[in-house]
Amino acid sequence: MATMTMVQALNAAMDVMLTRSGDVVVLGEDVGYFGGVFRCTDGLQRKHGRSRVFDTPITEAGIMGIAVGMAAYGLRPVAEMQFADYIYPACDQLISEAARLRYRSGGEFTAPVTVRAPYGGGIFGGQTHSQSPEAIFTHVAGLKTVIPSTPYDAKGLLISAIEDDDPVMFFEPKRLYNGPFEGYHDRPVVPWAKHPASAVPDGHYAIPLGKAATVRSGTAVTILAYGTMVHVALAAARDAQVDADIIDLRTLVPVDIEAIETSVRKTGRCVIVHEATRTGGFGSELSALVQEHCFHHLEAPIERVTGWDTPYPHAFEWEYFPGPARIAEALRRVMEE
Amino acid sequence: MDAPVPVRAPLSLHVPEPPQRPGSEIDFSTLAVPPAGTARRPDTDCPAADMTDLAYDLVRVLDDQGHAVGPWDPALSPDTLMRGLRSMMMVRAYDERMQRAQRQGKTSFYMKCTGEEAIAVAQAMAVDRGDMLFPTYRQQGLLIARDWPLVNMMCQVFSNAGDRLKGRQMPVFYSSKEAGFFSISGNLGTQYSQAVGWAMASAIKGDTRIAAAWIGEGATAEGDFHHALTFASVYRAPVILNLVNNHWAISSFHGIAGGERTTFAARGLGYGIPSLRVDGNDFLAVFAATRWAAARARANLGPTLIELFTYRAAAHSTSDDPAKYRPENAGAHWPLGDPIDRLRQHLIALGIWSEARQEDLAREVAEVVQAAGKEAESHGTLDKGPFQSARTMFEDVYKTMPWHLERQRQQAGV
Repeated sequence: MATMTMVQALNAAMDVMLTRSGDVVVLGEDVGYFGGVFRCTDGLQRKHGRSRVFDTPITEAGIMGIAVGMAAYGLRPVAEMQFADYIYPACDQLISEAARLRYRSGGEFTAPVTVRAPYGGGIFGGQTHSQSPEAIFTHVAGLKTVIPSTPYDAKGLLISAIEDDDPVMFFEPKRLYNGPFEGYHDRPVVPWAKHPASAVPDGHYAIPLGKAATVRSGTAVTILAYGTMVHVALAAARDAQVDADIIDLRTLVPVDIEAIETSVRKTGRCVIVHEATRTGGFGSELSALVQEHCFHHLEAPIERVTGWDTPYPHAFEWEYFPGPARIAEALRRVMEE
Repeated sequence: MDAPVPVRAPLSLHVPEPPQRPGSEIDFSTLAVPPAGTARRPDTDCPAADMTDLAYDLVRVLDDQGHAVGPWDPALSPDTLMRGLRSMMMVRAYDERMQRAQRQGKTSFYMKCTGEEAIAVAQAMAVDRGDMLFPTYRQQGLLIARDWPLVNMMCQVFSNAGDRLKGRQMPVFYSSKEAGFFSISGNLGTQYSQAVGWAMASAIKGDTRIAAAWIGEGATAEGDFHHALTFASVYRAPVILNLVNNHWAISSFHGIAGGERTTFAARGLGYGIPSLRVDGNDFLAVFAATRWAAARARANLGPTLIELFTYRAAAHSTSDDPAKYRPENAGAHWPLGDPIDRLRQHLIALGIWSEARQEDLAREVAEVVQAAGKEAESHGTLDKGPFQSARTMFEDVYKTMPWHLERQRQQAGV
C-alpha cells in the first residue's frame, strides 16, 4: 500500500496494465519522453519502450483514428487527449467509429479503446482548458463514461476501463490530480499541492464499471455527484449540517440505477451536482431517472446545482462551478419542503 | 499628405467547372495519357524525393494492342491472369444483378463499381490473404477476389435473415473479419487513419501482415486523409494508401476536390511518402504497383500512396442520375478503356484465350451469380423479409447488454 496522488495512481494503473499485457499501448501528445503535461505517463516510456508508450502528432482526430485501427487489430490502446476540451476534433472517430464498430460489424470488429482526458476547472484554464464535456459522450450509444474522484478509484477504474471490451471515455478531474480532496471553491483556496494523497494498493485491482460508491451515509437527502463535485458535496453537507446520503456515481454510462434508487427511496429528496453546464447536462438525465424510478418516494422537487450555461470563464472560475455554498443552499431548499 | 489609393481590379473567385456538362460533346482530348511502358520502375527502397516524377506520370503496362510492355510488367502466370479476369467479370455480373434487385424493390440502395473492377481485384490479388483491407463502398471486388461467398454479400444487401450484420448497415456496407475486409463507414475517409493504426499495431507486435486502405479523390479533402498520411509517414507504418481517382464525387468533378492544379498522388510527396500514379483500368499496372508498395511495406520501408487513375462509368449509386450533371454515357469514351476488355485482349494476344472461351466464361459467371441470387433471396429481401429478430437491434451496442438497454428491449417487446 502506497500513498499516492491521483496522477500517481493513474500512472500506476497504466504501469500495471502495460506490464500485464503486451497488447496495451499508451499514445498521445507529449505522453512519451516527457511523461505528459500533467505527468500522468511519467517514466512509462522509459520502462516499457518507445513502441508501447509514444508521442503523437498534434491531431486528436488522428490519435483517435489510429487508436481505433490498433484496437481493431487486437491491441488495447490508451489514448490521452491532452485536455478534454480538445476532444471535439476526434468526435467523428469516437462517435461514428469507435462507439459503433461492434454494432455495425455484427460483433466481429471491436474497439476496446480507453480515452483518457483531464476535464473540469480549477487551474485557471479559461474557456479552452476547463470544460466538462461528459454529457456529450453519455448521449452516444456504444460508449461508456467513467469519472473517478479519488486516487484509489482512479487506479481501480482505469484498470477496469483498459480491461473493458468496449470503448471507454475516462475523464480525469484535473483539479484533483494533485489533491486536495476537500472542496473549498467559494471560500479561500487552499493550495492543493500541499494536501495529502491517499492510500492506494500496489499491483492490480479493479473497481467494476457501472457501480457507484456511497461516500457518506445519511437519511435526509441524496446527493448525486461525480469527480471533483463529490468533494464539494461533502463539504456542503458538512456546512449545511444536513444528514446527506452522498453517492459518487463513478460511471455515468452505464449508471448504477440501483444505488440511485435505493438512496432516493430512503431519503425522499435529491440534489444533483455537476460542474458542466446545466442545459442538457448529465444532471438532466439523472433527474429524469429519479423521477421515473422514485416519483412516489419524493418529498421535494429534485434540485440541480451545476455550472452556468456560459463558456468557462478565466478570472471567475470560482464563481463558475458549484461551491459548497451553492450546494448548501440547494440542500436547505429541499429540506424546507 | 497621404499617397492616393491606387485603383485595383476587383477580385474574383475561381469555382472549378468540368469541361463538359449535359448536352455537350464528350471530349477527353485534353487528357494526357502517356504510352504504356514509359514510366520508370524504381527500386522499392527508393526515397520519395528521388521518385517525384512518378506522382505526375502514369504507370501503364498494357498497350493498345493488349501487349504487356515496360519495366512495370509483373509477368504474371496465365493462371493468375485468368483468375483476375474471372473475378472482374464476377464483380460486374454481381453489380448488374444487385442493381436489378434494387430496381425490383428488393433492397433500398446499391452502388456499382463499373469501370473500376481492376482496382479492387488486382489489389486483392497483389497482397497476402492475411493482410487487412480498409475499403470504401466501391471495392466489393476485394471480397470477390478473396472468394468470399456471393450469397453472404447478397444477404447483407437484402438485410435479410442471413445478414451477418443483422440488418444494421446500409446495403453494400460489407464487413468480414475472416476475409480481412474492415467494416465500411458512411462517413468518408475514416478508414484511412484506422488502416494506419492497424498497420502500426502490426509493427508494434512484430507481425508480418500489412494493411491497405482505399479512399476516393473527393474524400481526400477530409481530415482523416491528412491525419493518416502524417501518422503513416512519421512512424513508417507498413500500409498501402490507395486513392481511387474516378473523377466524380456524386456530381462534383475532381476539380472540386483539388484536382485541377496537381495530381492526387502528389499529395503524398509533401509527407515524404513515395507516391505513384497508376492507370486504374490496367489490371497489370495496378497489380504491379500494389506489389511494389507491398514489398516496401514488408521490408519496413513504410507507406506508399497510389493514385489509381480511373473513371466512374456508372452512376454514383441507384439514387443518382449522372445524366443530370455530365454528358450521357461519358464512361464509354474514357480513353483508358474498360479494364475487363483490356485484360481479355491481353489474354487473347498471349494466345491463351479466345472470344469463344470468353463467352463460355461469361455464361458460367452469370450462372454462378444467378444461383447465388436465388439462394440469397430464399433467406429474404428488404421488401418482404424475413429478417432477424428485432431483438438483435439491442445487441452488440456493448459486449454485455447494460440494464438500460435491457429495459428498452423489454419496452420494445422484442
